[in-house]
Amino acid sequence: MVIGWKHGFKSGGETILKSSAERLINKVEPLGAMTLGRVQSVGRGALFFLQGLFQILVLPIQFSKILEHTWFIGTKSMVVIVLTGIFTGMVLGLQGYYTLVRFGSEGMLGSAVALTLIRELGPVLTAIMVTARAGSAMAAEIGVMRISEQIDALETMDINPVRYLFSPRIVAAVISFPLLTALFDVIGIFGGYITGSLLLGINPGIYIYRVKESVLMADITGGFIKSLVFSLVVTTVCCNRGFFTHLHSTGGFGAKGVSHSTTTAVVHSCVLILVFDYIITYLLL
Amino acid sequence: MTQPFIELKNVKKRFGSNRVMQGVDLLIFKGEITAVIGKSGCGKSVLLKHIIGLETLDSGVISIAGQDLSAMDREARKRFKQKTSYMFQNNALFDSLNVFDNIALPLAEGSSLSKKEIRDRVLMRMEQLEIMGIEGRYSAQLSGGMRKRVALARALVTDPDVVLFDEPTTGLDPVRKNAVHSMIKAYQERFGFTAVVVSHEIPEIFEIAQRVAMLDKGRIVFQGSPEQIKESTIDVVRSFINGIEETNREF
Ligand SMILES: Nc1ncnc2c1ncn2[C@@H]1O[C@H](COP(=O)(O)OP(=O)(O)O)[C@@H](O)[C@H]1O
Ligand SMILES: [Mg+2]
Repeated sequence: MVIGWKHGFKSGGETILKSSAERLINKVEPLGAMTLGRVQSVGRGALFFLQGLFQILVLPIQFSKILEHTWFIGTKSMVVIVLTGIFTGMVLGLQGYYTLVRFGSEGMLGSAVALTLIRELGPVLTAIMVTARAGSAMAAEIGVMRISEQIDALETMDINPVRYLFSPRIVAAVISFPLLTALFDVIGIFGGYITGSLLLGINPGIYIYRVKESVLMADITGGFIKSLVFSLVVTTVCCNRGFFTHLHSTGGFGAKGVSHSTTTAVVHSCVLILVFDYIITYLLL
Repeated sequence: MTQPFIELKNVKKRFGSNRVMQGVDLLIFKGEITAVIGKSGCGKSVLLKHIIGLETLDSGVISIAGQDLSAMDREARKRFKQKTSYMFQNNALFDSLNVFDNIALPLAEGSSLSKKEIRDRVLMRMEQLEIMGIEGRYSAQLSGGMRKRVALARALVTDPDVVLFDEPTTGLDPVRKNAVHSMIKAYQERFGFTAVVVSHEIPEIFEIAQRVAMLDKGRIVFQGSPEQIKESTIDVVRSFINGIEETNREF
């Protein structure tokens, strides 16, 4: 405004004033549009999620599709989970040992490793690894179906695309995530045992004893709840991004659009996993 | 004249600043084949998508058997959708399903037929379209013409009452093109279905269609029988069906 006035005295005040106001509006306008766009896309995501949940219960239950996706999300993620689990456990054992040994309490290693894994790292790392493996695949596959009109084709056949594409994946993820998390936890605890007992010489009996003694049912329930919530977050974010690829043209069209959807799906899932992790931990403690 | 089965009244649609339909009026009669012709990009596919409900109109009315499509309740819309098939211009085959599953999908998901019945019906359609023996292949492994015929088989497998064909013969060789045309014709004679065919096959399409409508610059500039269109005195229509570029003022 001030600048507008200054220039205004030199040449045709009115127009300069108007143009600077216009410039201001032009700066603010995209901000408003962006905010509205964000709100809209969150709303769309929520509706998508609710519709997906509802369609799970609509008969007939899609058993074969649920099975197929469970195989993809669950079974095929096992190798990744075993690998990350064992190394996470081993590094926890290593770090934990050198921290605890300073206080002369390296005997506590078992509880340190087990609690860290069961409460936090198990659910979170499992969810992130499954996002990277299966979540990205969901976003890409559904995104390609969107841009090649396959989702439109489903609609013309009176097949509900949300029910067909999203609902079985929710069920499959709800089945797979807790099981994979449990696998991760067990393998991780074993990894801690490898470094702690086999390499650094803590008595194996003490390690196992500490694990058994310190883990309470509440810890396991907490980890279970987390993995359930993450399964919903990951499938919803990834399927939603793929499904609405055509509405996010800022990332490009066609193949670029799909790649943008996939990237965003993975990034948003990972961020949301950590956000929800914090919220659930806060509520549980 | 009988009641039109599908009627578009002053339908308008724009994408941003691109006004694709600027008041389309079109009548489609039951049991007839209506050919829609017009230049590429003039909005023929958009027109078909409005009828099946993939696009929503900005203003105007589309009515099916006298009922406003946008005011239809869920059940009525479902009934219309179930007996209507749509064949996409670029096929929209499910590329991670094989040919058999592609054709079978509308039956497998939308009907209570047994596995064997579905199989019989799929194989019958495949035989009619001369695509036997490729059941296990995927869309990426097929030639363009084969894909087109798989899409046709998928559109017809449900024995629909209404079929909207978006360029069913584009990219086919002359022999297959005639085969597809005579198949549409034979179907219509046997089952009396209603078809809307977007086509560039002029004049062949006039042999099978009872009505022809031409879309130009967002409006229907002509609709009537194939005999009438050949006699038409409207400039755009005459030059289009004779394959002449309208007075090349642009150049
Ligand atoms: N989803 C869409 N978004 C924006 N523009 C579109 C969309 N679909 C079609 N159009 C535009 O509408 C016009 C008509 O397209 P179309 O109906 O595909 O033409 P044709 O007559 O060749 O089938 C084109 O200019 C196209 O760019
Ligand atoms: Mg088209």
